[in-house]
Amino acid sequence: MDSLLFIQNNLLSALWEGWGKTLRLIFMSVPFGLIVGIFIATGRVYGNSPLMFICRMYVLFFKGTPLLLLLFMIYFGLPPLGISFTPFTASVLGFILCMGAYSSEYIRGAIQSVKTGQVIAAQALGMTRWQSVFSIVLPQAFCRALPGVGNEIIYLIKYTSLAHIIAYIEVTGAGKIVAARFFRFTETFVVVGIIYLIMVSVATKLLKILEKRLSFPGM
Amino acid sequence: MLRGFNAVYDSLPYILSGIPITLGLVALSIALGLAIGVPMAIGQTYGNKETGRLISLYVWLFRGLPNLVLLFLFFFGVFPMLGIRLSPFVVAAIALGLRSAAYQTEIFRGAFLSLGEGQMLAARSLGMSKRKAIWNIMFPQAIRVALPGWSNEYPILLTDSSVAYAIGVMEILTRGNQMVTRTYQPMPIYFTCALIFILLNFGGIRLIHMIENLIRIPGFGREEQ
Amino acid sequence: MNNTPVLKVQDIHKSFGNVEVLRGVSFEVEKGETKVFIGPSGTGKSTLLKCINQLTIPDRGNVWLNGREIVHSHVKINLYRQQMGMVFQNFFLFDHLTAVRNVEISLIKVKRMNRKEAREKAMEELSRVGMADKANSYPAELSGGQAQRLSIARALAMDPEVMLFDEPTSSLDPELTGEVLDVMRKLARGGMTMVVVTHEMGFARWAANEIFFMDEGVILESGPPAEMFTRPRFERTRRFISRMTELYAEEQSDG
Ligand SMILES: Nc1ncnc2c1ncn2[C@@H]1O[C@H](COP(=O)(O)OP(=O)(O)OP(=O)(O)O)[C@@H](O)[C@H]1O
Ligand SMILES: [Mg+2]
Repeated sequence: MDSLLFIQNNLLSALWEGWGKTLRLIFMSVPFGLIVGIFIATGRVYGNSPLMFICRMYVLFFKGTPLLLLLFMIYFGLPPLGISFTPFTASVLGFILCMGAYSSEYIRGAIQSVKTGQVIAAQALGMTRWQSVFSIVLPQAFCRALPGVGNEIIYLIKYTSLAHIIAYIEVTGAGKIVAARFFRFTETFVVVGIIYLIMVSVATKLLKILEKRLSFPGM
Repeated sequence: MLRGFNAVYDSLPYILSGIPITLGLVALSIALGLAIGVPMAIGQTYGNKETGRLISLYVWLFRGLPNLVLLFLFFFGVFPMLGIRLSPFVVAAIALGLRSAAYQTEIFRGAFLSLGEGQMLAARSLGMSKRKAIWNIMFPQAIRVALPGWSNEYPILLTDSSVAYAIGVMEILTRGNQMVTRTYQPMPIYFTCALIFILLNFGGIRLIHMIENLIRIPGFGREEQ
Repeated sequence: MNNTPVLKVQDIHKSFGNVEVLRGVSFEVEKGETKVFIGPSGTGKSTLLKCINQLTIPDRGNVWLNGREIVHSHVKINLYRQQMGMVFQNFFLFDHLTAVRNVEISLIKVKRMNRKEAREKAMEELSRVGMADKANSYPAELSGGQAQRLSIARALAMDPEVMLFDEPTSSLDPELTGEVLDVMRKLARGGMTMVVVTHEMGFARWAANEIFFMDEGVILESGPPAEMFTRPRFERTRRFISRMTELYAEEQSDG
């Protein structure tokens, strides 16, 4: 009873605000993360060798570095070099770089599974190489990459909980502050957990629907 | 530039001594995940409906929660509430392990399902009990089928283990941060930490591939090219 | 005592959902006999064999092994199954074990033999099916014919009272069926009691003491090969046998 009162009176309003910030992080990071992923993947498959090398190094670095460390680098590491970000921008930047690296792997695999004949056929119609890649190969590849990329989106939703460590008080951070003030950790993080379960479940469902919509015969 | 170099040079021994802690955390989590994940996968594949549902619920729960929330829940919430005092390291290993268990359950369930029912039929036709058939016939095959996916848990847990920083486990990132506050050279030190993680990552993957090659048998896993 | 059949099957019924696959099947096999089941696809032959060793539990009906009724109790069923070797159409070899380990694993884990004895016995069984030189190969490295001979050795190692064969050559290339049938002929000559589901009319004619023609979940008719091949009672039986014999003749002339 006591717990319920605490949740109702003290917790929910704080979490509500934090949840909004979490959603802001997600909606900013996912599209740009995907765009980065597409560019990296395209560079790795179709680029010339220096570009290929750069893209490979990018993936190696951002997949191998823990996301939290990456956030520290951006938020604390760059200011002495004269580049400063707000907590929000730093978080989103970190998420985009990380998501780009992970999703590029799936997109690359998908690009390679699109038959080479497709590019040749497009070029035979008078498209340039890059035109054929962007208008013929990538749309097909995206459908194939969707299950893997979807997984990365789910991961990202959970990883946004790291943002409060660099002072962007999203839902986990908001929970932590309230929990510490009222010394109610279990209730708080159960509720916070439920919020993530809701987000993850809804995202999973939406991705399933999208997958179904985008799948085409012969895939 | 030189100041940065000096800072890294001075901090390196301290940061490097976090390696055993990070790797220990990873190893314990993987082991815990394996110890829970395999029986759960077996329960889900060969058990009754209720067991299967319960395990699915577990998987859904632990796959849906961020590591950080699990850490806070266990470290500040559940264990103190139960009056159990555990070190941050142990709590982190438990939280990461329970989460890994959910992923490992999925990996092994897929492997068991991929074996098809013929293996079980053949084993039972020879008079093996269900338990014997699972341990002697299904499990040794499942573990080989699962190996590539399973070894993916290492890089995932390695990078995820750094969230243990949030409850003060003295792993690589925590130590790096301490040295940053002491030397005021964030970028060189963070970069060093990143390099350590990357090396551990690729070194570990190398090692795993070597082990995979060692225990490879015809008909399983990636074929030799 | 002497005229107790090794295997007695009585009035087996089995449905999956509301499809009645077996609708009352009864037969007996005496020691050393070979009984062959033939019949169109989907008439329940595989289901019948699985009902005999309770890999599928029949809805109704009884099975006796050497005069003792098989009841589906959890412990005892494993003892009964040891006495009934089964060979599957798709081999179902244990893919993670070498040939010799495939044969010895049940000796070690089920019969609790020590490793040395089990290895000797396994090698003996491999020789019996002409597979001794492949002892250390994995299933993935065997041809279909070799794989099926290995699965026969695996079943034989348990010293079964009766062997159940479910279309042992159906998934083999025509040129590989011969080596498997040779092993089965040898077993028949050696006095093994066998129940065989097959489309190999040549083998049926040669080995069977009795042929059962199964259709839609029942034994439509049965008799010794000479009778079934020359003057079956039912038109369906005649047509099925002549079609199978033609196929068989084609394969022979191909190979
Ligand atoms: N486990 C099961 N669940 C549902 N239906 C089944 C199952 N096993 C068999 N059946 C059905 O029972 C029928 C008989 O199958 P069975 O395998 O016994 O036939 P069969 O005579 O061996 O045919 P074939 O010559 O093709 O091997 C088929 O229609 C099959 O689809
Ligand atoms: Mg069949």
